[in-house]
Amino acid sequence: MNYAYNVSHLLAGLMLVASFALLYQDRIFAVLNTFAAQAMLLAMSVGWEGWSQGRPNLYITAAIALILKGIVIPVALHRMIVRLGIHRDVEQVLNVGKTLLIGLALTALSLLLVLKVTAAAQNFTREGLALALAIILLGLLMMITRRNAVTQIVGFMSLENGLILAATGARGMPLVVEVSVAFSVLIALFVFAVFVFRIRERFDSVDIDALEQVRGDRK
Amino acid sequence: MGNTLILLVGQGIQMFLVILVAPAVTGIVRRVKARFMRRRGSPIAQPYRDLLKLLRKEAVVAGNASWLFRAAPYAILAFTWVAAALVPTFASGLMFNWAADAVALVALLGAARAILALAGMDVGTSFGGIGASREMMIATLAEPAMLLVLLTMALTAHTTRLPEIADYFIGAPITVRVSLALALAALTMVALAENARIPVDNPATHLELTMVHEAMVLEYSGRHLAVIELAAQLKLVLYISLIASLFLPFGMAPATAGVVAWIAGAATYLAKLVFAAVLLGVWEVSIAKMRIFRVSEFLGGAFVFAFLAILLAFLTGEVTR
Repeated sequence: MNYAYNVSHLLAGLMLVASFALLYQDRIFAVLNTFAAQAMLLAMSVGWEGWSQGRPNLYITAAIALILKGIVIPVALHRMIVRLGIHRDVEQVLNVGKTLLIGLALTALSLLLVLKVTAAAQNFTREGLALALAIILLGLLMMITRRNAVTQIVGFMSLENGLILAATGARGMPLVVEVSVAFSVLIALFVFAVFVFRIRERFDSVDIDALEQVRGDRK
Repeated sequence: MGNTLILLVGQGIQMFLVILVAPAVTGIVRRVKARFMRRRGSPIAQPYRDLLKLLRKEAVVAGNASWLFRAAPYAILAFTWVAAALVPTFASGLMFNWAADAVALVALLGAARAILALAGMDVGTSFGGIGASREMMIATLAEPAMLLVLLTMALTAHTTRLPEIADYFIGAPITVRVSLALALAALTMVALAENARIPVDNPATHLELTMVHEAMVLEYSGRHLAVIELAAQLKLVLYISLIASLFLPFGMAPATAGVVAWIAGAATYLAKLVFAAVLLGVWEVSIAKMRIFRVSEFLGGAFVFAFLAILLAFLTGEVTR
């Protein structure tokens, strides 16, 4: 029991560290690599939960996470970046220090909140939910602070990593739902990809600031 | 009564052990660096000879220097020496065990740093001022990270006394904890910055644009310089001992275990020191110094690691309670 807890704590904690690395990283290929590493950690974490709690259906979730998010999506994004020709640095609205401080505050908030709310639940569930909420909030933060459309996609995907982690912590999420969520993420990637290429065609840039020009209230 | 005497003797041995090995550790780091750069390098005993040479030389003091300038080296050495003598090395639970508090340690080092910065500004040269202001910038970033690391360990071991933390980790079953790994990373980064080591400052250069520690001690000579250099070498030993006692406490003997256990503990401690010095040398030759304005990012990273460590330690404590 204690051993099982230690390993799952290690993997979930490393996922949180990967989220912070995503926030910190300003080179676009490094962002992709960190995201792939986080997805692989997610797959290991889900697989470990499946093994230690005897829930074999989690292996399927782990396999989906590994193949789709660990390999397919990073490779697809990599090719998208090469085709867009944006190997340059990622631009950010806030500076890195402030972003990281906000991230720390969000993490502390989610840990305190989940530990208070779920006082009656099992240890695994509390731990998983607390870290998952932190990862979700960090994914949201990444989507807010980035101006490049591709890194915003990565932020969305990392948010979804947190959702899967929360789902494995809480028992009772049916497999059908997990599979459909996984594929809807894949669909979302296609939609994003089309959208990003349309933005680039229209504005010659994937910087979201370019969209500000089409707002009606700006003269 | 006899027990108290043994504890006192042990504390005395520790006090003189750290100051005796301090120049040798610096010597090993320099030697390893030189060998990796395919130079022969000076012998490991060279820092001792340098100190003796400086002690024999005349101390030149600027005309407008105040008493602070002359008193500062001794005060810095005293603060650093007290701090280094409190960090557990070869045995835990010695005479002044009750004083070896993590927060007190940070305060002692902070006092030494404040005096050094004042002394750097005392003569009124521009380099001293630059060095002091940079040192303070590094300190404001490094100190919170260090306190957070020490509090993480204290949260896990339920005490802020360093020997008791070490005892706790010797006794506790070996577990994989992310929080401890993060704390180790953060403390190592802080130690590199505090000791003016390479990604933050280069101890081997006197290039005006980059130096921090060297800029503050530029006006010192003779015995004053010898004392300040000894204090810097002692600080390096202090940080290595701190990391070793918190994260690699194995081999440390209980204070009342007898002479044989003490010798075994001292041998492991010296082995750890040599290992850390070699590692530091390899680290220093393999990376480049960063710009002074990027130091805040480096130490901000240390702060983030330390904060995450304490959050995860808190989570583990709450969940497994």
